[in-house]
Amino acid sequence: MWFRYLIPRLRFDMNETVSPEIEELLQHLYAVQAEQAEFHADFAPPELLVQARREGWVEAGTESHRLTPAGFDIGRAVMRRHRLAECLLQDVLVAKPDRLNDAACRFEHLLQHGLDERICGLLGHPRTCPHGRVIPEGECCRRARADSIREVAPLCDGKPGDQGAVAYLATRDNREVQKMMAMGILPGAKIELIQRFPSYVFQVGHSQFAVDRPLAEIIYVHWRKSL
Amino acid sequence: MKWIDRVLHLLGVTEGQTVSPPIDAAGKVLIVGSPNVGKSLLFNRLTGQYVTVSNYPGTTVEVTSGLLHTAKGVFEVIDTPGIYSFNPITAEEKVTYDYLFGEKVRAVIHVVDSKNLERMLPLTLQLAEAGLPLILVLNMTDEARDLGMIIDIAHLQERLGLSVIPTTATTRAGIRELVAEIPRVMPATGFRIDYGPLLEQGVEAVTAQIGTTGHLAPRTVAVLLLQSDKAGFDSLLPGRSLEQIAAVLSVVAEVQRRLDHSAYYYASYALKSQVSALLTETVRCPPASARPFRERLSRWLMQPLYGVPILILVLYFGLYQFVGVFGAGYLVDAIQTAFTAHVSPWADRLVQALIPWPVFRELFIGEYGIIPLGLRYALAIIFPIVGTFFIAFSILEDSGYLPRLAMLIDRVFKRIGLNGRAVIPIVLGFGCGTMATMVTRTLETRRERVIATFLLALAIPCSAQMGVIMGVMAGHPGAMGVWLGFVAVVFLTSGFLASRLIPGQGPSFYMELPPLRLPRPANILVKTMSRMTWYFKEVLPLFILASVLIWLGQLTGIFDFLIRGLQPVVRLMDLPPETARIFLFGFFRRDYGAAGLYDLQSAGILNGNQLTVAAIALTLFLPCVAQFLIMGKERGWRTAGAIGGLTLGLAVGCGWLAEALLRLTGITL
Repeated sequence: MWFRYLIPRLRFDMNETVSPEIEELLQHLYAVQAEQAEFHADFAPPELLVQARREGWVEAGTESHRLTPAGFDIGRAVMRRHRLAECLLQDVLVAKPDRLNDAACRFEHLLQHGLDERICGLLGHPRTCPHGRVIPEGECCRRARADSIREVAPLCDGKPGDQGAVAYLATRDNREVQKMMAMGILPGAKIELIQRFPSYVFQVGHSQFAVDRPLAEIIYVHWRKSL
Repeated sequence: MKWIDRVLHLLGVTEGQTVSPPIDAAGKVLIVGSPNVGKSLLFNRLTGQYVTVSNYPGTTVEVTSGLLHTAKGVFEVIDTPGIYSFNPITAEEKVTYDYLFGEKVRAVIHVVDSKNLERMLPLTLQLAEAGLPLILVLNMTDEARDLGMIIDIAHLQERLGLSVIPTTATTRAGIRELVAEIPRVMPATGFRIDYGPLLEQGVEAVTAQIGTTGHLAPRTVAVLLLQSDKAGFDSLLPGRSLEQIAAVLSVVAEVQRRLDHSAYYYASYALKSQVSALLTETVRCPPASARPFRERLSRWLMQPLYGVPILILVLYFGLYQFVGVFGAGYLVDAIQTAFTAHVSPWADRLVQALIPWPVFRELFIGEYGIIPLGLRYALAIIFPIVGTFFIAFSILEDSGYLPRLAMLIDRVFKRIGLNGRAVIPIVLGFGCGTMATMVTRTLETRRERVIATFLLALAIPCSAQMGVIMGVMAGHPGAMGVWLGFVAVVFLTSGFLASRLIPGQGPSFYMELPPLRLPRPANILVKTMSRMTWYFKEVLPLFILASVLIWLGQLTGIFDFLIRGLQPVVRLMDLPPETARIFLFGFFRRDYGAAGLYDLQSAGILNGNQLTVAAIALTLFLPCVAQFLIMGKERGWRTAGAIGGLTLGLAVGCGWLAEALLRLTGITL
């Protein structure tokens, strides 16, 4: 896409040698190879393919689009950052859905290793992006699953007795936001989960409320004790 | 539909008591605030006029007004449905906004729960910024004190620039101070909310475009416009030309486009941080100590493991033992005996002495006359049953049990297209379907309101009907089981189908769970009395009207003609021809039909199977005239007509099905 040439090449990781153009190419080839996406020549201009082969990301041979193991890892990492960026934009920054993909394309190159783990943790190690596609797992996700540590997780994932502070509301629906505000649920509000079944009961201030699962899913809580 | 209002009024079915204010009333006093903070109780205390008070959010669904007499003159006090914030979600909240935005008032009393200032003060700030003549009432100070909260009233007063009055409406503490303050209150001035850099720009742009406004400050109107969808524009910008509104609209749209979140989000965030800052200065609260008993009880009620057995106990003792056995059994028998022993012979003699013409004597003391039928049904059958039900319901209401039941049952109700909130109209429907249909207004979407109205009309027997049916079936436990099971299945099935067929967004459930409170006997008594008065104003004229209509029908032969017309329908369900009469009665009132069933049963005409089938068909049968009229008023006449037709068809169909099932399985009850 044309605008990627306008983006300053910000780098957080000084050892990184892959250019954004190559990253985009590897991301696309990863999608083709790992997710059975359709190959588009637009995303893989011949001169870039030549460069990628020379740098050792794509297997040699003029007709091949197969990634080398190193290329596959980079493609996968870029895909992960792209989808994490989409989640971040949708859930936390509440971006409009039609702007999601473009914005995520710009974002993914800024999120270098380390930063993506932080964001993955903030989002509660999501499994899928807002479009429902799988986010490749990072090291942090595996660790989190093993220790069941999640810093920020929706209310519906809490256990009775867990306490925390509301981190953000993952919704753009005005009516849902209004209901939340009516209950005093705003970022920063202290919240304690009392019960999960048959409805979610929680305490905010000196009041208790009951909500159903769809509403409990949009309240993201920064749990004080790790889950 | 003006004439409908008049008919309803004639029948005594009025919505709240709207007292027309005398011309010299010194002005309107509006009581506003979140649900369940005690607005209605405060209204009762100020005006001495009774409106229903209970312990769950959303008791008040319409505006009630009464008069407050002070040394400085007479004020018209208006009680409004609760609002959570400055932006309406449900229909009954909208009523309150219409009042707030619509006309100039002498005073606005914002009632808040002292325990939850953090959640309630944002609205205070907005009302103050709007420049309304505002008094802040910190209610339930007793409960806040029990928590160990200390509120610096003087400091709060100074920071907000308005008078703050602590009250405990249940014990009348602080009411005198409030009454003294009302004539003195001035429009709040100089209070300004800082909406933060992003929203402030937009607010300024919109304020510049709208120019001067009525009694609401321009900033407030601007913020409301930025938060609203198109619906609110008319009431916020009265008397503007279409071009002017369009110009404002375009500025609003432009500002909204530039914001990443909704304006509501920014505004709420700004309000919350300002309230937090205010509270750190004014309120001290010790950390919560050990969990008191009522908190533990509350958690038991909400756990399915304990909650469901408790529900069954509540139903068994509250409904079956108290309403069914005591009310419908013991009390009905006692009053019935007294009536036949003392009132009937006396009335017979009186009528025979006064009225020489046998035709007119029939109207009063004939088989379907006003005294044996109308008066006896109302006094001996309806009064004890409905009375005991309302006592039981009031106790449940005031204890705070109903919201917990709502949360317990939400998942089941989702299957039938409703959410847990609908538990309140549905349970109330077991008392009076007409009242319950009015309360469906508290549901959020039209789809839910239609489904709830339909289920109330179809499968929820009112207390009078249910009491009579339970009384009739007392000797037939098998028949009662089949009736209960069949009606429950019809309720769930028709709800499930309705939720599939009626388009619209699925329901979502959120509800405040107020603390459990010990019901106050005085309130129970007053509330039951007020409901009984309402009920009798509705019921007695209809009963008498029914007697008159039946008398006319018999004179002209229409009655016999209709009964003959109904006989094939009744035969379809394998019922004796005499039952046609009770179905015709059912048109007038459902319980009226059930009471007819009682007489047939006493005469020994029905066997067990026929009794069951007749009870099922009558339970599902058309709602009574009053409920039908309210359905039309609340949901529109097309919807009401459709529900009526469907109900009629389903009642006959289910009666036939029940009969066939019993016959085919060879069960004799």
